[in-house]
Amino acid sequence: MHDPRSIKLPAMPGRFVLDRLPAFIIVGLLALVPPVCLALEDPFFIRVFMRAINLGIAAAALNLILGFGGLVSLMHAAFMGIAGYVVGVLAHHELNGDALNIAGLSIPGTGNLLVSIPLALVVVAVLSLVTGAICVRTKGIYFIMITLAFNQMLYYLAVAAEPYGGQDGLQLLSDLHFGGVPLPAQVGFFYICLAALVVVLVLLDLIVKSRFGMVLIALRQNETRAAALGVNAYPYQLAAFVISGVLAGLGGALFAVGQKFVSPADLAWLRSGDLAIIAVLGGIAMVWGPILGAVVWVMLELVFSAWTIHWLLLIGVFIILVTLFLNEGLAELWKRLIFAIGRRNRG
Amino acid sequence: MGIVLALEQTLNGIQLGVMLFLMAAGLTLVFGIMNLVNLAHGSFYMVGAFVASTFVVMTGDFIAGVVIAVVITGLVAVAIELGLLRFIYTRTHLDHVMITIGLIFIFDEMTRIIWGVVPVSLPIPKYLSGFVELLPGVRYPTYRLTVLIVGIMVALALYLAISHTRVGMWVRAGASDRPMALALGVNVPKVFSIVFAVGGALAGLAGIMAGPIVAVQVGMGEPVLVLALVVMVIGGVGSFRGAFIAALMVGIVDTFGRVLLPPAIGSMVIFIFMAAVLAWRPTGLFSAHA
Repeated sequence: MHDPRSIKLPAMPGRFVLDRLPAFIIVGLLALVPPVCLALEDPFFIRVFMRAINLGIAAAALNLILGFGGLVSLMHAAFMGIAGYVVGVLAHHELNGDALNIAGLSIPGTGNLLVSIPLALVVVAVLSLVTGAICVRTKGIYFIMITLAFNQMLYYLAVAAEPYGGQDGLQLLSDLHFGGVPLPAQVGFFYICLAALVVVLVLLDLIVKSRFGMVLIALRQNETRAAALGVNAYPYQLAAFVISGVLAGLGGALFAVGQKFVSPADLAWLRSGDLAIIAVLGGIAMVWGPILGAVVWVMLELVFSAWTIHWLLLIGVFIILVTLFLNEGLAELWKRLIFAIGRRNRG
Repeated sequence: MGIVLALEQTLNGIQLGVMLFLMAAGLTLVFGIMNLVNLAHGSFYMVGAFVASTFVVMTGDFIAGVVIAVVITGLVAVAIELGLLRFIYTRTHLDHVMITIGLIFIFDEMTRIIWGVVPVSLPIPKYLSGFVELLPGVRYPTYRLTVLIVGIMVALALYLAISHTRVGMWVRAGASDRPMALALGVNVPKVFSIVFAVGGALAGLAGIMAGPIVAVQVGMGEPVLVLALVVMVIGGVGSFRGAFIAALMVGIVDTFGRVLLPPAIGSMVIFIFMAAVLAWRPTGLFSAHA
């Protein structure tokens, strides 16, 4: 099958900057959101774009295995949600002034995000290692289905967590803080999320360009050939799965703190589908593609839902049209632009 | 657990299994023949139940309503296949996932537009609403027993059609080796349209049969879809026989898991079961492409 990703871009100076320019533009524009919103006295949009940032972190994390690794995971909403629940549950216990008793351990509740977010990432790391150890053994459709099933399993776990609200979800009512420094107001937290986004993007960029990333991409392109070169796929794909899960967990923890709420609906498998759609919409061939996808996605939700109560219908049609006609996502438009410039420069 | 309860739960388990088989049969053959991942299969389940609720009331006759609804669901399925899915077989699995999730959004919202957001009811006719005394002292709802019997009969008919007719032979050939079947002159696209229509109709039938037991509401297909996918994966994708055996296993394990274990574990047990099967055999129990 023809793989559009195999199209070679013309070599030219400044490729390093040019490839990443949209990322700088997107982050720069996002940084302008709070001042503009405050000037317009419409803080609602700060919330909207905070949501875009956190979804973008998770989608970019997913894209490490989806776009670069070729593994279609439908359980990343669960990684997001579980991380959110870890932060929420610890805050809940702090509010109640009791401890979380699990497996013989007694963990005191805390609203300190410098403790609870890293702990959430450790939990997601263990979770993604255990589930990944089984998932990564399978290929193709089996991988899609087994990740979907694990997602649903964790969803039911959240539903069954009656002490933490069960089906109704859990509000983060405790006073959250960073090691004593109180959680800043909306604008401050917006910039914390944006900083996290930049860290995640840089990290993913380094991973993709590293030897590890090259092997991961090679395994997507032709696993048999990579195996003939002496590469054992399993440890690479498992490691990528864990990294991807943990970074999605970071997005999920920030998402929960931003909304002050986490519920089983955050873990629904269709949410995992949304993350994949966000990644593809933006473009899975670029590290920054999913961020663009997330920004466009929340704006679409806003526009469609302002237009009609049946906006999900429009979202459905939109997803199908994008998949049919814009296979490389919005990033493809950027790629075509560079391509055109490159050709003009040479010609 | 008393012997009476055990018997009752076994019947419930088989009933769930038969229903899952009706769902999974279409899914697994669709994937087996055309390599198509159809996450919108749960939507046919929902459409069947909603259409039946309308036509049962309209005709005043349960059986007539059910037959009309099954036919309509099959037609909806074939329209989707000819109008959209036909063009994406050669695309990647990721594209299949995206497009069929898009279809789920569309189906859900269309259902809300047509039937509203409030769950509708699918009444059971009088002659099916009582209890049957299976053994002295063991009473079982007539409706559930009917569902079980109808399900087994449909499964049997399907088995005979697939293993003993010419079309069935094409289906098996397509599922086990599509290029070879094409080379030998089987009209695989036509066979596939038939399979897709029948698969959609069966999913609709499953939804109709579940309708009076659960609420007929938007999104009712999703939990069942996930269970049907579990069945397909355990049975081995593309394997009709595997789907049947796996469906019964999943139905019984799920039913007993919910009765015997605490709720948190009970609803997860089926996924742990699947993980165990896949850890042991990564392509399921009876892979058609072995």
